[in-house]
Amino acid sequence: MTDRRQFMLTASALGLASALPGSLLAQEATRIGFVYVSPIGDAGWTFQHDEARKEMEAALGSKVQTKYVENVAEGADAERVIREFAASGHKVVFATSFGYMNYVERVARQFPNVTFLHATGYKSAKNFAPYNARFYEGRYLNGVIAGRMTKSKVLGYVGAFPIPEVLQGINAFTLGARSVNPDIEVRVIWVNSWYDPGKEREAAMTLISQGADVVTQHTDSTAVVQAAEERGVYAFGYHSDMSKYGPKAHLTATTHHWGAFYTRTVQDVVAGTWKPSNIWGGFKDDMVRLAPLNPAVPAAVKAEVGALEAKLKAGTFHPFTGPIVDQAGKERLSAGAVMDDVALGKMDFFVQGVASRLPNTR
Amino acid sequence: MLRLEARPAPSRLMQWCSPLLAAALTLLAGMAIFWALDKDPLEGLRYFLLNPVKDLYGVSELLLKATPLMLCAIGLAVGFRANVWNIGAEGQFMLGTAGASGVALYFAESDSALILPAMLFAGAAAGALWAAIPALLKTRFNANEILVSLMLVYVAQLFISWLVFGPWRDPMGFGFPQTAMFHDAALLPTLLDGTRLHLGFVFALAALAAGYVFMNRSYTGFKMRVAGEAAEAARYAGFSARRVVWIGLLTGGAAAGVAGMAEVAGPMGQLTDKVALGYGFAAIIVAFVGRLHAFGSLLASLLMALLFIGGEQAQQYMNLPSSISMVFQGLLLFFLLGSDVFIHYRLRLGRART
Repeated sequence: MTDRRQFMLTASALGLASALPGSLLAQEATRIGFVYVSPIGDAGWTFQHDEARKEMEAALGSKVQTKYVENVAEGADAERVIREFAASGHKVVFATSFGYMNYVERVARQFPNVTFLHATGYKSAKNFAPYNARFYEGRYLNGVIAGRMTKSKVLGYVGAFPIPEVLQGINAFTLGARSVNPDIEVRVIWVNSWYDPGKEREAAMTLISQGADVVTQHTDSTAVVQAAEERGVYAFGYHSDMSKYGPKAHLTATTHHWGAFYTRTVQDVVAGTWKPSNIWGGFKDDMVRLAPLNPAVPAAVKAEVGALEAKLKAGTFHPFTGPIVDQAGKERLSAGAVMDDVALGKMDFFVQGVASRLPNTR
Repeated sequence: MLRLEARPAPSRLMQWCSPLLAAALTLLAGMAIFWALDKDPLEGLRYFLLNPVKDLYGVSELLLKATPLMLCAIGLAVGFRANVWNIGAEGQFMLGTAGASGVALYFAESDSALILPAMLFAGAAAGALWAAIPALLKTRFNANEILVSLMLVYVAQLFISWLVFGPWRDPMGFGFPQTAMFHDAALLPTLLDGTRLHLGFVFALAALAAGYVFMNRSYTGFKMRVAGEAAEAARYAGFSARRVVWIGLLTGGAAAGVAGMAEVAGPMGQLTDKVALGYGFAAIIVAFVGRLHAFGSLLASLLMALLFIGGEQAQQYMNLPSSISMVFQGLLLFFLLGSDVFIHYRLRLGRART
């Protein structure tokens, strides 16, 4: 699959190259900078961005040259790293974490000829645009599988911070699970960190001790999958396929795929056709996928999930389709309505079926 | 057999030379690391040490990065000299950001010229308040200030998280953990157009000067030093041990608080949950490399800032791993402590004579 995709990307890149005037081809490689929030490691958020960087390099070959800086804190240091990329002749800069937003904005103003792409933010300008993926689509499918696999009807979820993106995931997971098993409850433990294997593990252990027999996480390590493997319960990976960390526990994973988007963006910038837009891609755009299902998942469930996945790819199904009722019993979305992106982006509630309360609710 | 023998008196000259020696050894070890990673050692050093300061903007970034280090380090040095071990400057820094942000957010409608001074005061006071907890527990119950101040760092982190997820969250910020951006009257003016170097750098220089006067020229500073070097003598002379603890911790806390204020009112322009950047911990190394001295702290801050930015650029231009900065910091401290051992001791072959 991957080979064919890359072949097609390469082919389209060659097609683009032949369409370009010779003078542009004679130029040296377009330089692209990547700013990563954590070390690359071998699974997780940054790992997927780095895989995408390599995919883009493979697709565009000698026409691009990429550089990256990992472990850049989301504070004042980020501005220097981003600016250094722009000042040293990089044409496109991908800043891959939310906390870089205001720094990208400032540098973008100083370097109007450089294009800046910022993951998961909400600001934009002429040469600066946000991009993100609809991870919640994968979470819904995970929820359906969890709903079919659980015996205790208690699901555990380890969350980093109660921001909209994480709430979308928890709610979609809960909606998916309850769509096949309406008695299910989802318990959430916040670890107040994106990456803290110790705390993530502890939270997973607590959830399992409270009866959860399927756990998942919206954090950046593989600790939850490993904890599930140890305790003999099921788990889902996130960001990356984490099956090697829990061959028995890992049912599937919601995985992130930025490669085709990065390739396309760079091609557009080189061709001069890039325009700022707010990219928020899901299964339909191949930015979110499900990792291969564990053999423990029965064929009927596999088929059920496959059908839903096909609908997501066709764009005929939205996980947040009403009626959506919050924990307090208040209807947030009337029956049949589909939640728009603005409401999704501002999500600040738990749906019915989540047993834990949101911190800081006023 | 090798053994260490105490020298009768440590050489004063070598005390000042050992940081330089440590820096030189760090560079040599760094070159060896570059070589082991298959990178050109000279090119590595060029990116590490020269590229960051290749132009005025680079220099301004170096000074910007060194500013919080200078502030935290000079505050810590005051305490360290008196054997008051404040390890929690990181937490006091965070409280400083919170104090200053509180003023900025509360007076968001006003553009009075008093906002910045009020933020400065609130930052210093909040940092000092956080340091007052270990001071109180130390003087009251003799609780170990190393542990208490360190543990309070984690409490401070949770407190900041609570603020930016709760009452201070930007209502227009899509639920992200951040406050609104500060208005212009709550931002420190920049010193050079087109750079981010701000007035906080002047605060840092002033703090270094004040630290020098206090530690080396004042009677209280002298008493603190005596307490640090000879506690019994200080007690005999009637110097209050409690006072020493209070001054040591409050100074460190206030200085870290000012550093925090300068960070949110300077390059950040808002409070987020990512405000803990490690300045408070790095400043411990800075204070020691700087020999607990004001001028030394100035140089050590610049060196640490350079190693940090150099590490960034070594990644950016040579694709070295991000841990390279940490490796250099660790090497520096290791060689400094190693050199210090040989200032106080000499290496002897053979058994000790009795």
